Amino acid sequence: MYDRDDKIPSAKLAAVQYVILVVIAVLVVRLWNLQVRGSEKYTSLADQNRIRKIPILAPRGKIYDREGRILVDNYPSVSALLIREQMPRDNAADIAKIAAGLHMSQDEIRDRMRRMGNTQNTPILLKDDITPDDQAFIEAHRDELPELETIMVHRRLYPKNGFLAHLIGYVGEVSEEDLNSPQFELYQPGAVVGKSGVEQFYNDILIGKDGSRRAVVNSHGKEVGRLSTDPAVPGHSLKLTIDLDIQMAAEEALADRNGAVVAMDPHTGEILAMVSRPTFDPNAFSVRISSKEWNALVSDPAKPLLNKAIQAQLAPGSVFKIIMSVAGVQEGIAQDLHVNCPGGATFYGRYFKCWVTSEHRVHGPVDLAKGIYQSCDVFFYTLAEKLGIDRIAKYAQQFGLGQKTGIDLPQEVSGVMPSEDWKARVFKQKWFAGETISVGIGQGAVATTPVQLARAIAAITSGGRLVRPHVAFPDELPQQYVEVANREREVKKIDLDPRGWETITDAMSDVVNAGGTAPSAHLPGIDFAGKTGSAQVISNNLRKAVGVKANQYKDNSWFVGVTPRRNPDIVVAVLFEGGEHGRLAARMAAQVIHAWVEKQRKLRNDNNYAAVDKEGHPIQLSGVWSEGKAEDGVSDRMLAGNLEIPNKPQAPKPFEPAALLASPPTIAARVH
Amino acid sequence: MRRFISFRDFDWVLLAFVLLICAVGVFEIYSATRQTKFVGFETKQIYWIIAGLIIMFLTSLVNYQVLLENVHWFYGASILSLFAVALVGKRVLGARRWIALPGGQHFQPSEWIKLVLILALAKYFSDLVGRDVTVRDIVKSFLIAGVPMALVLKQPDLGTALTYVPVLVCALFLGGLQFKHAIAILLLGTAMIYPIWRWGLKPYQKARLTSFSEPEADPKGSGYQIQQSLIAVGSGGLIGKGALKGTQTQGAFIPIPYTDFIMAAFAEEHGFVGCLLVLLLYFIVLMRLIQNAQTAPDRAGTLIIMGVVAVLVFHILVNVGMVVGFMPVTGIPLPLMSYGGSSVLFTFLALGIVNNIRMRRFVN
Repeated sequence: MYDRDDKIPSAKLAAVQYVILVVIAVLVVRLWNLQVRGSEKYTSLADQNRIRKIPILAPRGKIYDREGRILVDNYPSVSALLIREQMPRDNAADIAKIAAGLHMSQDEIRDRMRRMGNTQNTPILLKDDITPDDQAFIEAHRDELPELETIMVHRRLYPKNGFLAHLIGYVGEVSEEDLNSPQFELYQPGAVVGKSGVEQFYNDILIGKDGSRRAVVNSHGKEVGRLSTDPAVPGHSLKLTIDLDIQMAAEEALADRNGAVVAMDPHTGEILAMVSRPTFDPNAFSVRISSKEWNALVSDPAKPLLNKAIQAQLAPGSVFKIIMSVAGVQEGIAQDLHVNCPGGATFYGRYFKCWVTSEHRVHGPVDLAKGIYQSCDVFFYTLAEKLGIDRIAKYAQQFGLGQKTGIDLPQEVSGVMPSEDWKARVFKQKWFAGETISVGIGQGAVATTPVQLARAIAAITSGGRLVRPHVAFPDELPQQYVEVANREREVKKIDLDPRGWETITDAMSDVVNAGGTAPSAHLPGIDFAGKTGSAQVISNNLRKAVGVKANQYKDNSWFVGVTPRRNPDIVVAVLFEGGEHGRLAARMAAQVIHAWVEKQRKLRNDNNYAAVDKEGHPIQLSGVWSEGKAEDGVSDRMLAGNLEIPNKPQAPKPFEPAALLASPPTIAARVH
Repeated sequence: MRRFISFRDFDWVLLAFVLLICAVGVFEIYSATRQTKFVGFETKQIYWIIAGLIIMFLTSLVNYQVLLENVHWFYGASILSLFAVALVGKRVLGARRWIALPGGQHFQPSEWIKLVLILALAKYFSDLVGRDVTVRDIVKSFLIAGVPMALVLKQPDLGTALTYVPVLVCALFLGGLQFKHAIAILLLGTAMIYPIWRWGLKPYQKARLTSFSEPEADPKGSGYQIQQSLIAVGSGGLIGKGALKGTQTQGAFIPIPYTDFIMAAFAEEHGFVGCLLVLLLYFIVLMRLIQNAQTAPDRAGTLIIMGVVAVLVFHILVNVGMVVGFMPVTGIPLPLMSYGGSSVLFTFLALGIVNNIRMRRFVN
């Protein structure tokens, strides 16, 4: 049947041909599906492969003082960026490698990835301020770890040693809670926003708009081309009303003592200086702060993060007597009130001591003026009894006590100005007449902030012009802050009896003269006026009951001073916690006032000052640093501030404002 | 008889189409390597093609009957060379496949064994004169193909070992396999799938065999190559991104785009239209080969040519199938287009034998 030469049946060869036809047809159909029907899908996948969107971070706006001297600068730094689209789904091995290479913990990386949510195309800032070692690691592992990228960031450079720290505030990554609030809904996780102070309040001005760069990369993550760049828009700079010279004087005056200093222009409400102690170094927040450091700051009983100028609610003590005086004069009671001070008096069946008994003296006959400059408690007990709490509260509230001043800083507190209504509302109790007597000397339930007191005293000495304190110039604020600007421009006029006004302001001037409560704060040749206060932190009874040591819960020392005494150009409020005597606070206020007066003299004598300043030349600083306060009888102990900023110049010596700023971490100098 | 042999009978049409495919391949190798450290491979490929042409013409001069009569020597030498590879072979990426030759070249015996196998099986089945294929014949043919296959699997080189299967299948089919035996072999083969899978394959081989079905599962692991290949092919669209303009190719996203994945690179840059033309060229070449098989002077000639056809079809199916995500990544090159000396030389050697047969079609 078969033969060696028998051909293979051609039907079989034809069958093979059909098999080949089917094979080719199957491949063609598949190619059609991929290339024609699936073209769009795969084109976008190909683009995802090769196009990498790298953010360009916008620098925040710089912050200047009122004369254009720099307060907050930026410095360049390099951060490690994680681009998750480049990461394999099973990323455990990569995370381990990255953690080892960048000296981070794996949990830290996972935590950051988790916090960024599920938006795959958002790159994550993995590590800030990376070292050259870290950079080298990223460069050397571009093939293995294409998800790593470096990015140039602008980091905040704040003054060193906590100079002006509370007012400026600090920045940080927007928190998970913040992102859920409407204010931050437009922000991306990882965005750097102001967390406190001016940085927070004017975040919308200072923050820039991040841009991005679409780069073409190869499979090793190496950039081989650039498609387009959407440049970053830097944040606007912000000029503050702060005067660096006055601020330095205030920082130096308070030194390392706990408390606060506020200096304000009573005509406008412009804050010239604001100090709070203890302070903190916001530069530590500029690079991510460790949770340990953060917890230490938060749990510190001295509350270094608290801006006491606007957040400390304390009894104003005798400073309140000025408000009492105005209330008494306006009600026609104080002018003719004459009281004998035998060291105390009985009101509503209880004996109230005058402070003067601690010096084993008595005030004897006291009128309004003496009541102020000698700070006689008995006089103001009597006045309080005659006025009653509601009239006292009315005037106190007129001058803004017990309510927020409306300053353009976040987290201001209101304090308390008690009244019958207030007690009924808060404690559901009736007001006891005896409480009024304590309120008369600024004790009891009265609680004010330093900025409130500065504003109230400024209004009284200015003849009833109540301004709103502010740290940014309202005319320079952009549209979105129009409400803030309008609020800041508001001035309330309160009618004051002119003769009573003169009496009160003259008496305030006598406070710092011989016979006053703070003669050691006297400034020769300067029309300096003010009112001391020392407020108990706990009641004498409680002190006895708990048996606390003498040096615990010492009285707070207050002083609010102005120059000149009427229609002043500057008001300074000082709170020295545990300072006991109001005159100690008065000396600090005197230092600030002195610095201000010296500067004005300097300005008058040197017309070129402003011009020099505008060009950013070194500023000649007046003698605040060179001339000690010894001439005013202030002891050297009081002057010896531990703050290093700025170093006390030996002689009138050019002062470099830049020297105020902390130097960036040395690493920053090495990055390109 | 010799005087009847003339290059006038040489299949110049076939050669023309073959060279056309080679030209496409050379250009795509140029495109795929120009930005890599393999730049200049297209020139080397041209040298290989020239060498292949020389070998082809030389082979066409030697009577294939002589080759057939000495096939037992070739076969024995092949088996020995496989043992040699196992003993002194050069280990590359964990597999012993190559024997280093003087001059920096490497010799991969498993490539050439395809041809020896084609000849051996052609001789075996053409010798079955005047009788049906018996079970005994089937077992013998399985042994002929099975011994080298087992040795190649041992290297391990699953891809090349699998190319021996179509040679055997084709020889059995054309050699007169009975229907009942074919059914029996199919059933037996199906039954063997599980044991082979369970005990016969290494984990990485299994991974390669499964990953192609869902490449997204692990875009960086074994599925990465297929995923990138699919993106390249798909993003090529109807007419492609243009020569030298494939982002997947130029950006080095396609793995080895000058050898195994050359079709992905070509598909990206020349689109569906380009792919259709290349497949058409391959189809023409295959049809031309089958035509030569029909006009072969004897059964052995037909069987040899069809063996070559079987190997080529298998390569095209597995390689292009891999590129379009139908087949696992097995490291099988695309004949005539992929860069590589062994592949080019084998193909031209096979074409030489085909022409050898064709030029003797009128001898009887």
